[in-house]
Amino acid sequence: MEGFMYPNEVELQWSVLIVLYPFLTGLVAGAFILASLERIFRVEALKPTYRLALLTALAFLVVAPMPLQLHLGHPERSLEMYLTPHRSSAMAMFGFVYLWYLMAVLLMEIWLDYRKDIVILSRTATGLKRLFYKALALGSTNTSPTSLYVDDRVGWVITLIGIPSAFMLHGYVGFIFGSVKANPWWSTPLMPVVFLFSAMVSGIALVMLMYQLTSGLRERAVDMQCLDTIAKYLFYTFIIDFTLEMLDLIHRIYEADESFRSLDFMVHTKLFLSQIVLQIFLGTVAPLALLAVTQLVHLSINTRKRIYIVAGVCTLIGIFAMRWNVVIGGQLFSKSFLGYTTYKMGFVTREGLGPAIGLMILPFVILYVLIKLLPPWYKKLPAPDSAAD
Amino acid sequence: MVPLKDISHLLRMAAVFLVGLILFVVLRGAFLPKSFGKYGHYRGDALAEITARPIAYAGHQTCESCHPDVADSKAHGAHVQVNCESCHGPLAKHADDPTNLRPEKPDITHLCVRCHSENIAKPQGFPQVDAKEHSGGQLCDTCHHPHSPHFSEGAKK
Amino acid sequence: MNLSRRQLLYLLPAAAAAWEFVLAGTPEAAPTYHSAEHWWGMLLDVTKCIGCGGCVRACALENDVPDGYFRTWVERYHVDDFHIESPVVDSPGGAKEGFPQSTLTGGKNFFVPKFCNHCVDSPCTQVCPVGATFHTADGVVLVDQNYCVGCRYCIQACPYGCRYFHPTKNVADKCTLCYHRIVKGLTTACCESCPTGARQLADLKDPKDPIHTFLKTHSVQVLKPHLATGAKNFYNGLDGSVR
Repeated sequence: MEGFMYPNEVELQWSVLIVLYPFLTGLVAGAFILASLERIFRVEALKPTYRLALLTALAFLVVAPMPLQLHLGHPERSLEMYLTPHRSSAMAMFGFVYLWYLMAVLLMEIWLDYRKDIVILSRTATGLKRLFYKALALGSTNTSPTSLYVDDRVGWVITLIGIPSAFMLHGYVGFIFGSVKANPWWSTPLMPVVFLFSAMVSGIALVMLMYQLTSGLRERAVDMQCLDTIAKYLFYTFIIDFTLEMLDLIHRIYEADESFRSLDFMVHTKLFLSQIVLQIFLGTVAPLALLAVTQLVHLSINTRKRIYIVAGVCTLIGIFAMRWNVVIGGQLFSKSFLGYTTYKMGFVTREGLGPAIGLMILPFVILYVLIKLLPPWYKKLPAPDSAAD
Repeated sequence: MVPLKDISHLLRMAAVFLVGLILFVVLRGAFLPKSFGKYGHYRGDALAEITARPIAYAGHQTCESCHPDVADSKAHGAHVQVNCESCHGPLAKHADDPTNLRPEKPDITHLCVRCHSENIAKPQGFPQVDAKEHSGGQLCDTCHHPHSPHFSEGAKK
Repeated sequence: MNLSRRQLLYLLPAAAAAWEFVLAGTPEAAPTYHSAEHWWGMLLDVTKCIGCGGCVRACALENDVPDGYFRTWVERYHVDDFHIESPVVDSPGGAKEGFPQSTLTGGKNFFVPKFCNHCVDSPCTQVCPVGATFHTADGVVLVDQNYCVGCRYCIQACPYGCRYFHPTKNVADKCTLCYHRIVKGLTTACCESCPTGARQLADLKDPKDPIHTFLKTHSVQVLKPHLATGAKNFYNGLDGSVR
């Protein structure tokens, strides 16, 4: 500890797992919004990534509560958040936003879009898998054009509802921090908006990378029109995100309230690597510059693909760094504005780096399983029977 | 109108949601603590649990009820407002069983300096000394009886 | 003295009333206490605090506060001349063993005891997701240790740093205003052991409580008034440099 801190402030309360959690939910919101661009706004070029984006969102959404459970002092009591939610608590209300988004939006949308394939697979698969598909189809075997049309319309409505739901999903996480008046690093009305746009940036970058990765593994050509469109949306969203973060920064520097000197010192010393180097330069300026080049200059396909990979990876590092700077940074300085502490991150502890890495890898494992069970690529499946059973 | 068979899968899904909702209501009935909401958005039983905590400091009224002579000797001295347990520590257990649980006398070497060692941040009028300069190493109670601390030779009996 | 408890009960009814509740482990709450008749706060007199740390020790003993964590603590301030925006502050071990002599000379120096302000509009109860921390009808903010999930949002939301995470119970914890004592007519452990009367429990609903006269005749402040928490710890003689 340096300087003075209130005695109970020296130990950090929210660990790297709480950094991971907004990162994961942000990827969900971003991937979903990319998918909805195709469905609602008819951006046809994005069709090849529609299903991949939805499965990615699901894989990450399922893992998202796990860092929270590991963090809770009494995870066995976590059901209380659903039994006696305190309506004034953003954290409590978020439990329902999460539940709504998972059940009524994401799972429903995936189910409706895949239903025809699920029914076909329930006939063609064998053994345990067949049982799985039958259950997933809820015993229905109807693939008539009318039923598919109904699915499409209902799915459209769900996607439409899903967009504000995705905004709520991650905007709420921003509000959980932004509404804490005790912490001037967190307390700003911009927080939900910054979180949301950085979420969109991270989600789009992830889908962009996953598309290139899966295409590479399947030895299939990448649809460049699709990839270029994703990169374009990433670029535009990034500009908005960057603008918002710069607005917050400039506002703080200009107003220079009682917290400013303490926070400024913190950013230049304790957060120098994570904020200035990783979040701003490597994570924002570099990808923006790279993407700007691809938008302004005509480059070959391979060059563009390589730039997108570099930009995508830098973006994900930058957005993770942003979550780190918010969560950890918000706890490194004293609320007396007279001192600082350090974050001692364990490795093989319940809330250490080890579990965090594990929880970062787990969504990809789940995604792999999802892709195997519900292939996003249309060519794999035989044509459906025209007669409904 | 769309034929029923073409939306039957949606109705099945709606049924799944309904079952989920019913399951939630049942779970809630089973797991919700009975006293929750009795006085506000919290478990009413918590108040009784919190107030049931055992007491460690008896409070000076209790001390004085058994030791009125000490209360008298303190009454006109500078320590009149210093409660017994400030120096003697928590004594509820002693008050409960006076003959069997006799407390130890506080250690004078450390007791007095905790309040009276000089410190620039203490209020100006507060009696504070550099212990070594003040007494040349003698214990405080050589000259100051803790219950009536005004200086008197041979205070220690 | 070798009086039996029964003899004393006959002698001193007042003591008897207190005595009943001094018994360790009495499971029932005081039956004659009506929370709606009370509104608890505290008066802190900075001009009287000598930084002895007696309150910190008493609180730890009365409430089994774990080592290294603090339900109350004392801060020492050193303010040089007009530089009230940059005081030098310390609180070695929360002042549990008092303070060593200051190394800084000159300027203005004083002690400030701190603990939960039992705010009327507490940000901590606002953010609790499950209702484990709450207000009582008599104005005390408490934590239900058997219901808290340990999310630590309340610890983040408290502007005063008075909450901590209990290392073995894995729940949020803080000053309870010795609720188990005040409902039985006793004062808090910290007030009981304060040698100078710098800390005094106040019942803001009791017209006979001396705090009312005190508030009329002295300039008092609360900590961080700009956050509008409705803090009920009133500080006499609080300097502008206090954070």
